[in-house]
Amino acid sequence: MTADFDVAVVGGGLVGAALAWGIARTQQRVVVLDEGDVAYRASRANFALVWVQGKGLGMPEYAAWTKRSSDAWQDLAHQLEEETGVDVAFSRPGGFTLALSEAELEARAMLLQRLHNQPNMVRYPYEILNRNALLRQLPQIGLEVAGASYCPLDGQCNSLRLLYAFHRGMRQLGAEYRPNHVVQAIDYHNGVFFLRSSSGTIPAEKVVLAAGIGNARLAPMVGLKAPVRPQRGHIVVTERAERFLDYPLVTIRQTDEGTVMLGDSAEEAGLDDGVGLGVAAAIANRAVRMFPLLRSLNVVRSWAGLRVMTQDGFPIYDESSGRTGAFLATCHSGVTLAAAHALVLAPMIARGGLLAELDAFSARRFDGQATV
Amino acid sequence: MVRRLSDAADAAVTIAVDGLSVPARAGETVAAALIAAGFWAFRTTGVSGSARGPYCMMGVCFDCLVAIDGVGSRQACLVPVREGMRIETQRGRRPVRP
Repeated sequence: MTADFDVAVVGGGLVGAALAWGIARTQQRVVVLDEGDVAYRASRANFALVWVQGKGLGMPEYAAWTKRSSDAWQDLAHQLEEETGVDVAFSRPGGFTLALSEAELEARAMLLQRLHNQPNMVRYPYEILNRNALLRQLPQIGLEVAGASYCPLDGQCNSLRLLYAFHRGMRQLGAEYRPNHVVQAIDYHNGVFFLRSSSGTIPAEKVVLAAGIGNARLAPMVGLKAPVRPQRGHIVVTERAERFLDYPLVTIRQTDEGTVMLGDSAEEAGLDDGVGLGVAAAIANRAVRMFPLLRSLNVVRSWAGLRVMTQDGFPIYDESSGRTGAFLATCHSGVTLAAAHALVLAPMIARGGLLAELDAFSARRFDGQATV
Repeated sequence: MVRRLSDAADAAVTIAVDGLSVPARAGETVAAALIAAGFWAFRTTGVSGSARGPYCMMGVCFDCLVAIDGVGSRQACLVPVREGMRIETQRGRRPVRP
């Protein structure tokens, strides 16, 4: 039996779009089924860091995967610009995590030491800078800043343009994008998946679930599971200012167009993506203590988005053993991992199976654990 | 061409716009005073550098931003003029100083 499509990707956010673009580049016929404007869309709410430092405590494979994506990111940006003409404003000057007290700096140093002391931890450089050393690179820091951790692998991009570039690129390659297709059931007959949606049924030989929080609902339809929950994060944005900050910080960065983005909170708020003034004020307060010159800028926007979190904070990549050809990908770092998804994971899915190097990311790691 | 609807009763005040003395009327907004004096471009944008001036005159569009007495990006259409007020039109992105 021949289906209309080789691959149906469920979810048109950064994870789904990166995979769809990467798969479409292998000449397979791809369809992307997306929700409509009411979807939670973490891809349009994120902070746009391509971030390595501090990630992977408890799963060194995640640190290696993150570094691999970071290392491939410049290549991704080039290829996207070549194919679509979209400049995703990638830069990789290295990034800082500032500490507002000696205690914070000490805690940061300890955390990174534990991370890098893990067995099988991928090797990459980072350093802890005291205040005087930091002043040479960030002369505008406030009096409370005690120091920072720095990693030369960290970078940033324009994530809205990244999402646009993936969508434009996949369509140039012949992939079809279908919004308002909320998948309600996935049937499987004679090796073909039938995705029943609010706007019709789509047959495809492979299916990739990349629907963020929606993966929790969709995964059992193909014999998988995706224990993910929403975790709210706030972002505050200032008016466009003259360039003063060339480096991304984990909670402050100046975009290519001049606005300053301030983040980020981590709140357990269910599916409520409303903005809280108290949280926004706390974010602004911390940012002004880090860079007092921010005090003079007007805030023009703030919003909250829902991260897609697993219990351990690491991604899930899986394929179904009962339903051959069904895959699942979910993470909270769709920007950082975009290069790994588009250039490494997508070709694996196109070939029909995940390689053993991704075994650690299977949701089987949650088997036997109590759910909270 | 613009003209004030009523120029009879309100007291005359003088403001400075980019260092030039500009006559204004008590009770009118900075934006109204600037337009009456022939200023249409209040600022240029931070990305393309194209000119912007008042559009809504009621606090909604944020296109009339000027620096008033040293404070940047204030909405000219919402601030009444005062004698001696110093207005600066803006060029591109907001300056940041330590």
